[in-house]
Amino acid sequence: MEKYAIQIESLTKRYDEVLALDQVSLHVEEGELFGLIGPDGAGKTTLIKILVTIIGADDGKASILEMDTRQAKKSIREIVGYMPGRFSLYPDLSVEENLSFFARAFDTTITENYSLIESIYDQLKPFKDRKAGALSGGMKQKLALCCALIHRPKILLLDEPTTGVDAVSRKEFWQMLREIKSQGITILVSTPYMDEANLCDRIAFLQGGKILSIDSPKNITDQFPWQLFAIKSQQKYALIEWLRAWEKVSYCYAFGEYLHVAFEDNTIQAKALNNYLGTGSISASEITVISPTIEDTFIYLMEHGTRC
Amino acid sequence: MEPVVKVENLSKKFGEFIATNAISFEVNKGEIFGFLGANGAGKTTAMRMLSGLLTPSSGQAFVAGFDVATQAELVKKNIGYMSQKFSLYEDLTIQENIEFYGGIYGLSRQEIKDRSKGIVDKFQLASVKNKLVKTIPLGWKQKLAFALALIHKPKVVFLDEPTGGVDPITRRQFWDLIYEAANDGVTIFITTHYMDEAEYCDRVSIMVDGLIKALGTPSELKKSFDVDSMDAVFQLLARGTANK
Repeated sequence: MEKYAIQIESLTKRYDEVLALDQVSLHVEEGELFGLIGPDGAGKTTLIKILVTIIGADDGKASILEMDTRQAKKSIREIVGYMPGRFSLYPDLSVEENLSFFARAFDTTITENYSLIESIYDQLKPFKDRKAGALSGGMKQKLALCCALIHRPKILLLDEPTTGVDAVSRKEFWQMLREIKSQGITILVSTPYMDEANLCDRIAFLQGGKILSIDSPKNITDQFPWQLFAIKSQQKYALIEWLRAWEKVSYCYAFGEYLHVAFEDNTIQAKALNNYLGTGSISASEITVISPTIEDTFIYLMEHGTRC
Repeated sequence: MEPVVKVENLSKKFGEFIATNAISFEVNKGEIFGFLGANGAGKTTAMRMLSGLLTPSSGQAFVAGFDVATQAELVKKNIGYMSQKFSLYEDLTIQENIEFYGGIYGLSRQEIKDRSKGIVDKFQLASVKNKLVKTIPLGWKQKLAFALALIHKPKVVFLDEPTGGVDPITRRQFWDLIYEAANDGVTIFITTHYMDEAEYCDRVSIMVDGLIKALGTPSELKKSFDVDSMDAVFQLLARGTANK
């Protein structure tokens, strides 16, 4: 059998009344960039904390490279790099001091694995004497990533590294992840941003402690069952109201300046749609058939559940 | 029409560093104004000045008719504020949170009674109003936080990344609430990292290195930069030197 980087079977974790993880099963292959996609409270952080052996599960099994998270805590911690959601560095230490601290904690040196972090750390070098607490958000994030990588882990686990980060910095961060992946490191990353799912090899949609779906981004969007229309109109609000009032509409959500609309009845085409809009005195400047986005599919699965 | 937010050459310096550099703009009644920028561009500093929490180094700003420099307390009374870290009291019930906020804003007992009934009805909270806030789902907390930011009927409400981390359906339901409030005449001043949400604003400004680099309706901005989405406008503009 192939050795998985991460294997999880029926993992369950309860906090008082809240079921944080409800029989979650998934595996991540070696070298894969795997995304855990879901809103706050979906169970992403709980799952990652179990994998890095910070907390234990109530039931089920999780292993990293065939080492059980309940038994092999020490060995697991040596081969994983972990970047928690909250800033985890020492604010009173300088950039360089933080990095050498993490290197020493893992019995290595900055120089030993420098090639792995070089392209990221180069951007921090001008500030190497600045205290970590005084860095901008984007630079803190880069430093945290360097610290998580300094012992050349086999598996990198990142808990919401891009939450609260602006759209430009988010793109740069994902570029860095692709580079790390190309060095053979397996990456598990969680995010509430649906658009980031496209940058992963495979993703798991997580909602309320349950997995909605696991697959490649392409196969996930193929699960959206209906033809999807994107409509644009100057009368944006009237358009939404009028379409929501139509009983034939199965799906209707705003996506930026477009409205995405779908019908279970696949005989309804752009012409019929346009006619209906006409009866409400709404003129659409554009009606096109589009491919569903990751977010369309997530919404669909939230509303209709998995169709396994 | 008198603008609800009027900003003229507003600046804030921290030592040598100019966080906000002589920005000027106006926001009208009932407008949804998107205040965008990369991390570190100076948005938070500007928002803190406009909400009366930070004194400007120079320039002027009037919010809801009051000068942020000399009438900060009046500004605070006449605005609503909601951030991603909702300032709800987790160990109080929904009903207690409503009463507490009503009290802070000096509403009379009758007003608190009426408005809490209004909030409970509107958000269908009757069955859960005696539950502790910490036990209710995030989406409800978010709607409650928004309702509380509006409890004293402010002229303008500042929303600082209000939709971070919520699921895509709740995020859209939240925008329904924003539209409704704007339609009732409340001015909405909002920051977000979701570029699709920038498209929902009436007008958008993009801050870069303390300056407002672009200001206009989403369609004006897309046209002037010759791109087809606000995300593309943002990618073109937003990377100044702040994070370098």
